[in-house]
Amino acid sequence: MTAKKTYIQSFCSIQNNEIILNGETVFNTEPTVFSDFSKKAYQNFEMNYPKFFKMDSLSKLAFLGAEILLRKEIDATKENNIALLFANKSSSLDTDVKFQNSISDKENYYPSPAVFVYTLPNICLGEISIRHQLKSENSFFIFEAFNPVFMVNYANVLLNTKKAEKVLCGWVEYYNEEYKAFLYLVGTEGNTEHQKETVEKLYNK
Amino acid sequence: MEALKQELKEKIIAVLNLEDINLEDINDNDPLFGDGLGLDSIDALELIVMLDKDYGIKLVDPKEGKVIFQSIETMGNYIKENRTK
Repeated sequence: MTAKKTYIQSFCSIQNNEIILNGETVFNTEPTVFSDFSKKAYQNFEMNYPKFFKMDSLSKLAFLGAEILLRKEIDATKENNIALLFANKSSSLDTDVKFQNSISDKENYYPSPAVFVYTLPNICLGEISIRHQLKSENSFFIFEAFNPVFMVNYANVLLNTKKAEKVLCGWVEYYNEEYKAFLYLVGTEGNTEHQKETVEKLYNK
Repeated sequence: MEALKQELKEKIIAVLNLEDINLEDINDNDPLFGDGLGLDSIDALELIVMLDKDYGIKLVDPKEGKVIFQSIETMGNYIKENRTK
């Protein structure tokens, strides 16, 4: 099997109260907490999806990035075979800690179902899939640090074996108000070759 | 009863993170699930926890929730008759 060339079609990063799409700032706020920043971004892009407010911070972060990259990509009249390939370092630890704190007092033991459902990192993939009606391949990996070699290889396998027409790749790290999201869309057409060096460069921009 | 219904609306908005909903958007007889506020199954579980935590009511049979959580009116009536705190 000859491996086809693959291309980065668009990319987006979210950190330090700023959203950058294809190298240009599309939204920013004064320094604030993530809940406030994410709410303002949601309002700014008129996402109109009230379930957003029920999500935990990791899901909100992934959802915002996916929303910005996929909103022009999704054709609601057909099935969109866009695989989701995500990874981070802290898994869902931020929500896990919150849940643990909520059940640590035996005298006041009321586990919250709404917090508990987010104690898995791949739940954010479910939120994105529901929003965009994706019934595609999806995986969430945990790495010590961003791993462009793995991401490039995995996305290429998905595309070359025709498991997906495009792959939305993402590093979405959130713990204790520290966050960074870097998402990019890979397909078989485009101008920017999908290579480890390019992905690394865009991640570090 | 009016005060309790008002309190319930405030609690539901806060507990279920209904950021886009105001108190005046919720009528006493509006359905809470389905076409009304559009709550889902996780919200139902959260309401069961709220009954226990804030009003000392333990729902033994979750199916009871279908009747109790029909609207603010039905919730208010149930809490008024069964609350232990």
